[in-house]
Amino acid sequence: MGQLSTIEKLGILADAAKYDASCASSGTAKKNSLGGPKGRGGIGSTEGMGICHAYAPDGRCISLLKILLTNHCVFDCHYCINRKSSNVRRARFSPQEVADLTIAFYRRNYIEGLFLSSGIVKSSNHTMEQLVETARILREEYDFRGYIHLKTIPEADPELVYQAGLYADRVSINVELPTDSGLTRLAPDKSARQIEGAMAKTKADIVEAKDAKKRFRHAPRFAPAGQSTQMIVGADGASDADIVGKASRLYDGFRLRRVYYSAFSPIPDASAVLPLKRPPLIREHRLYQSDWLMRFYGYQPGEVMQAAGDDGMLPLDIDPKLAWALKFRDSFPLDVNRASREQLLRVPGLGVTAVNRIIAARRHHSLRLDDVARLTQSIAKVRPFICTTDWRPTLLTDRADLRRLLAPKQEQLELFAA
Amino acid sequence: MTAMQNVTLGAYYAVHLPEPDDFDFWRERARQLVQCDVPPDRVAWIEPGGTSDLFAQDGPSRGAQRLPLPPRDTVPVRASRRFLAVAKNAALHSDPERFALLYRLLWRLQANPRLMEDKSDPDVRRAEELDKNVRRDSHKMHAFVRFRLVESDEEEAGEHYVAWFEPDHHIVRANAGFFIRRFANMKWSILTPRGCLHWDTKVLSEGPPAERSDAPSGDPAEDLWRKYYASIFNPARLKVGAMLKEMPKKYWANMPEAALIPELVAGAQRRESQMVATGSRETLPPPETLDQVESGIAQCRLCPIGELCTRAVMGEGPRDAGLMIVGEQPGDQEDVEGRPFVGPAGQLLDRHLARAGIDRSAAYLTNAVKHFKFVPRIVQGGKRRLHQSPTAKEIDTCRWWLESERRLVQPKLVLALGASAARGLLGKTVSISKARGTPTTLEDGSELWITAHPSYLLRLDGDAAEQQAELFARDLAAVRSRMRELAA
Repeated sequence: MGQLSTIEKLGILADAAKYDASCASSGTAKKNSLGGPKGRGGIGSTEGMGICHAYAPDGRCISLLKILLTNHCVFDCHYCINRKSSNVRRARFSPQEVADLTIAFYRRNYIEGLFLSSGIVKSSNHTMEQLVETARILREEYDFRGYIHLKTIPEADPELVYQAGLYADRVSINVELPTDSGLTRLAPDKSARQIEGAMAKTKADIVEAKDAKKRFRHAPRFAPAGQSTQMIVGADGASDADIVGKASRLYDGFRLRRVYYSAFSPIPDASAVLPLKRPPLIREHRLYQSDWLMRFYGYQPGEVMQAAGDDGMLPLDIDPKLAWALKFRDSFPLDVNRASREQLLRVPGLGVTAVNRIIAARRHHSLRLDDVARLTQSIAKVRPFICTTDWRPTLLTDRADLRRLLAPKQEQLELFAA
Repeated sequence: MTAMQNVTLGAYYAVHLPEPDDFDFWRERARQLVQCDVPPDRVAWIEPGGTSDLFAQDGPSRGAQRLPLPPRDTVPVRASRRFLAVAKNAALHSDPERFALLYRLLWRLQANPRLMEDKSDPDVRRAEELDKNVRRDSHKMHAFVRFRLVESDEEEAGEHYVAWFEPDHHIVRANAGFFIRRFANMKWSILTPRGCLHWDTKVLSEGPPAERSDAPSGDPAEDLWRKYYASIFNPARLKVGAMLKEMPKKYWANMPEAALIPELVAGAQRRESQMVATGSRETLPPPETLDQVESGIAQCRLCPIGELCTRAVMGEGPRDAGLMIVGEQPGDQEDVEGRPFVGPAGQLLDRHLARAGIDRSAAYLTNAVKHFKFVPRIVQGGKRRLHQSPTAKEIDTCRWWLESERRLVQPKLVLALGASAARGLLGKTVSISKARGTPTTLEDGSELWITAHPSYLLRLDGDAAEQQAELFARDLAAVRSRMRELAA
């Protein structure tokens, strides 16, 4: 195999990274490139809001240069395209090459920063060192103040993982699979205990650094955008209830900023242990919706699981919030002029913005159905669950076919689509 | 002294703004006018180069008075924090009415300080809309400005990064700070048709409007960036609508990666249609022998027909036949016997083949769909299985097997009987009446002839039956003579 050019390596290592769902660059500490130790300014800024510099035709935002340092790997995880036994083209970047590429892209305003991950080469420690070295070159040699997300390796020396947190805005460790048995079966080289141990250590480091920052202005920052993780959905037999339960334990236990779900897509050259069928992409979407319910709408994980069917799966045809409301119809209709914020957040079709608007508007006058219609996206979806001064959904909430009325229209298969 | 003493009753005032985005200037004048109690319909706000409708009939300056001086004992002008936040952005909008709208709101705020909370008020809604448009335009500027490197000949000049951008609104100056904070140690210029920004790592300067041709046309790093863009895209999920919503086409001209989009979308659609055709078997190797096809279809449950527990009917005939005849799906009798074309339609086909001089035993006969699709019905006291047409999706799912058969048998000529067979071979729906009589060349070079299905002839009677039988016979005769030509 001859020497690969930078552009060929970039192609291989970006392709290998596209199964990572995260590309967020938001929620970190504010930084800018003015001034600094050498007095001449650096490069890069983060202003709280993430910026999507481009969108791919798959609808996903491109915010970061998301690549692997290398896709060589000594592990053999069945769901991963880069596993040892997979027959993909391999390539390897040096830390300097990745740093140069990041800066070249950043200066042209293509990206917000770098999301670097890697296959395991030689040893976990060696790989982790290389990841940290890349971040060090960026921060120290280029004086780069943009966003860096480093994937950390749970098997690596905790001291190296700590170094990563000092350079990066966000660190993440993938839990990979929602159940321990799935992990044992599909990722024989990984251990759930080790992964969670590393997460717990990172959490402690983040808390400590925050605490220190409060007391000492010059205390070092440690992963100001927190830590996140990713779970693969549909590669093992875990139900949605299992996944939601696992996610809520991760949020509570390790104070994660985000749990990403990645629908297992049958990757080229997949292993024979895996199911052949891909899970429907809508399942991933429903899981994200349930995630939102827990993070922004005040649902307890147990309540989200109530929305799931007897098999522990969330309905695919309607969103989990509507499913919950249909199951607990006795909580409705709610009077929008009196109900509390927490109650209003449970009304299907009312988002956080709409609820805020309703609460602001009802201070001035009591709301009629028309008023609510102006403040929400779709009154048809909301109507069966609310009362206003001029509206009461008399029989609607008791109708047995309410679900059918509210569920989005099924796409009919065309008999002879051209 | 009251406010009215300084104001000429019924006078009109024209305020000429020095710059289209000069919010501070507007604020000073607006405050002065409110203090002098000048109602909104008496003021015209004129942008550089703009005129105002208010004075259109008698020229821009005639009838307009010098601004009055506010009385000393005036009450301070009140504006809510929300109004200021909205107005700062709305003032940058390209709508020529924006300053008049903001003055009207400011005027009304004096009587109703909580006006901004009334989201149903048309003025409030319009101002919020302008604010939103401007914020979005700024956000897109942060995201979609693309710098290109210009290397200067002079040593000390160093690297200079230049971008060309076309904002919708007067947002350029307001966003200078963002780019300075981000690219402090970089020498850069942003050229736009509404004015330019230049940063030399220490001082910001502004320039007159520029043209696209003033900006560099390329950068070597763009090849790398395009490679990245193409590689990070996951063709298994195509959501063009979501992309267009956030990255409308108007921005594409200035983004190097956008040129790739049509090609990426087309490639993904090709892949998608292959995946639909092959169900989720993209991870399985295609069968290498007809025996593998036979065992494969027996186990295939990729469409709902497979779940009906009927028997899979394999094609039949010489494995190197020159002619392949493809029907729709096995019927009741075919399912019982496990052979294609043995029911009433098959018997009719046999008669027509014999009349046309085509040897059935020399042809390979198979179906577009391998399982019998039916609904159980009680007909005349007995249970019957009523034939159901396969859906387009089911045909497409089964295409994988038909294609495998075609690849293994390699017929020179394929005869499709009916619309389902034609779809199974072409992957799209064609009209029989239009397609019959003229052959199509398939990807592997073989010829596809399309005609009606014999069961169609069975359903007709009278003149129509005769007419269709004649057309069918003519098609078969054409196939026969073409076979001779190909054999020669």
